[in-house]
Amino acid sequence: MAVFVALVVVLAIGIKHSPQKGIILSPLIGKPAPPFTLPSLDDPARTVASQELKGRWYLLNVWGTWCVECRAEHQMLLEARDTHALPLIGLDWKDDDARAREWLAQLGNPYEAVALDHSGNTAVDYGVYGAPETFLINDQGVVVYKYVGPLTREVWVKEILPRLPARAAASS
Amino acid sequence: MSARTILPATLVAALVLASALVAPRAWAVDPTELPDARLQARYLALTHELRCMQCQNETLADSPVDLAADLRREVRDLLLQGKSDDEVRTWMVARYGDFILFRPRFSVRTAWLWLAPGVALLIGFGVCWRIVRGRTALVDADSDPVGEEQAPARDARG
Repeated sequence: MAVFVALVVVLAIGIKHSPQKGIILSPLIGKPAPPFTLPSLDDPARTVASQELKGRWYLLNVWGTWCVECRAEHQMLLEARDTHALPLIGLDWKDDDARAREWLAQLGNPYEAVALDHSGNTAVDYGVYGAPETFLINDQGVVVYKYVGPLTREVWVKEILPRLPARAAASS
Repeated sequence: MSARTILPATLVAALVLASALVAPRAWAVDPTELPDARLQARYLALTHELRCMQCQNETLADSPVDLAADLRREVRDLLLQGKSDDEVRTWMVARYGDFILFRPRFSVRTAWLWLAPGVALLIGFGVCWRIVRGRTALVDADSDPVGEEQAPARDARG
């Protein structure tokens, strides 16, 4: 009986504390965002570099036209852009450039810039295991928060906005 | 022979042939070959103990998905750069967390995982010892040996 009670307690704690099903905590939280310099979707002759993004908060959104869930979050990304709370930087993961341009032309472009990760190396550096994934990076270039799955209004309001410094959040 | 008896035999033969054709593809998920046999052995060992983060219950070596191929390539490149097995594991954990290791490392967070079986075993020994001691005490206390005539009566009571 005592063993049974102990087991129930242990399992109950496990269920209560388990994060959202299937979500794996990122070891990057609180650590500097892995640096990248990648070709830009707008103009492949130019680059998008993490170094240039330092000094302000931004969302790094990992997506791809092959990713079904990315279509589901697209509307939310556009809304997020329109709040002007912080810029969205896209990381187009192992994608076809032409298709990516077509996707943004059709659905609207929420991104200030889109970096092309053809090899997938940058996504691996960020511990990405399934698009879409979204990283909140602060002005020091440190990863503050990561969300796996399509960005929702709830996540935007409850997780991302409260983490922003007062000035940026107020303008939303 | 009637068509009825031929059919199963043909079917079996066809299945055997089909499985023979399919089998090599099953282990050809990863055709990577490293230039040195020792590196190759380490590569195989590592890809068999790292998790495919996308499929989660498969190892990198067994998974056909794109991300697993990318991570295998990283393992290969790191080994070719002369990194040790532990450096490769650390590299992976820095990006994907402890979850990528099928054999979790000993740390403050995983300590309970490693120590719990030992603690359970000790508790088990403790319980066994108490039971055995209890029974020994009973035997000691019972100075009257069980006689032939008493045995059936004990059985009846039990």
